[in-house]
Amino acid sequence: MTPFPASEYVVLPIFILFLGATLAGALIAVFTKWIIRSVCGLALASVGLAGMFYFLNSPFLAVIHILIYIGAVCITIIFAIMLAEPDEPTDAPGQHSLSWTLGAAAAAGGVFLALALLGLKGDWPAPPKQVSDGSVENIGVALLTSQSLAFLTIALVLLVAILGAIAIARKGRHME
Amino acid sequence: MTTVEPIRLLLFLVGAASFVGLNAAYLVWVERKSAGRFQRRAGPTEVGYAGLLQPIADAIKLMSKQLIVPPGADRFLFRMAPVMMMPPAIMAFAILPFSEHLVAIDFNVGLIALFAFSSFNVIAVMLAGWSSRNKYGIISAARVVSQNVAYEIPMMLVIITMLLVSGTLSLTGIVEQQAGAFWNWNLFNLAANPLMPVTFIIFFICMLSETNRAPFDMAEAESELVAGAYTEYAGMGFGVFFMAEYANIIIGCALAVILFFGGWHSPIGVFPGVIWFLLKLYLLIFIVIWVRWTFPRTQFYGLLNLSWKILIPVTLFTFLLSSVMIKIF
Repeated sequence: MTPFPASEYVVLPIFILFLGATLAGALIAVFTKWIIRSVCGLALASVGLAGMFYFLNSPFLAVIHILIYIGAVCITIIFAIMLAEPDEPTDAPGQHSLSWTLGAAAAAGGVFLALALLGLKGDWPAPPKQVSDGSVENIGVALLTSQSLAFLTIALVLLVAILGAIAIARKGRHME
Repeated sequence: MTTVEPIRLLLFLVGAASFVGLNAAYLVWVERKSAGRFQRRAGPTEVGYAGLLQPIADAIKLMSKQLIVPPGADRFLFRMAPVMMMPPAIMAFAILPFSEHLVAIDFNVGLIALFAFSSFNVIAVMLAGWSSRNKYGIISAARVVSQNVAYEIPMMLVIITMLLVSGTLSLTGIVEQQAGAFWNWNLFNLAANPLMPVTFIIFFICMLSETNRAPFDMAEAESELVAGAYTEYAGMGFGVFFMAEYANIIIGCALAVILFFGGWHSPIGVFPGVIWFLLKLYLLIFIVIWVRWTFPRTQFYGLLNLSWKILIPVTLFTFLLSSVMIKIF
């Protein structure tokens, strides 16, 4: 598909929209007092990140990102909140003391400085080309050859998670 | 196609939005008419010939109502929930191929993209129920998520089975493989999987459940939960949810047509493809309506038992079976 004339005037605002969604979502997730709004912020940031993946020529990753983060992670978190949390904003006074704030600022600033230095001074390889078209065959081949370790590790982690859930659930049945 | 790209996209956008609006309005009319017929009464008759102007009257009524935000509700999320529901549904129409030419974006991961867009639906209903601070709403939100999580698993297993059979994620690619006479449709593709009709029935059951249609409409069981998550919504806030629900039904049925019924391919070789696509689509939608007014609502544990104890084992079996069949033949 050839780009249509003046497409950069359309593409740039969309990119800024996704960038803004990512940042705004992250800020909402951190600063809001209602925990359910934090989850909504997380969902918004996920949509923004999915847009970033799309701009990086990875539509498969973008779509999977939405499917996993909004379709599964956010819904599970909201479900857990609905079962557990009273929906008033909570004030946790002990955590807002000066030393906590300074410590958090120092830690966050340190990480930010390190990442920024890495980004600016690091020895980056050549800009990656699009290695494949993201078709099912390519993903399958990658999962079973070069990425097989990650694939098996994920399988193992999921197995452990399922076993743990079953173990906890079985114990709960006999409480009453 | 010779149309300039931005104009083509704009046309498709307007087309998708008006298709959703028109269908939502007139599927309500079809639903009310057929509900009337199933219950041996006439359905809407007063406004226009055979009640044909009834949806327009309903829309004017909905738009003229005052929008009320209940006190104590989370105002922002309460307003955002209907907004979150509608755009993903319209975006999904951009990927659906109505015929070999009538497709806005031929997305190479269209099948997964459809499911990604439909996952917004759950979170929107859940936020609507939670933010309205209403006990019916919260019960409905809890139900909608457990139901959707339970039925997402057999649905995804069916999708993986179909992916094995077709080998592509592109919706147009899937349809093109079913070209020719009707025995090439995936529904009758018994060489790939002898249990293909069973797979389709499981897909259909999961689709009914994911779109919260009876007999699985636990989320808005009006005899026990008033209107579930939508109880507190007045006027067009409710109208948007309603439109999005019908849009999701259309998307689910269109996906069934694409995956199992050969998309736009004609069984006898006359008429252009889009007519056949719409014919199959509306036939399936009519079956959805028929099921709703024929079967009573299930109970909630029955719903979850059906998913975990019957649908998931059966889909796992058909999945294994089609893997083996593909390897052998």
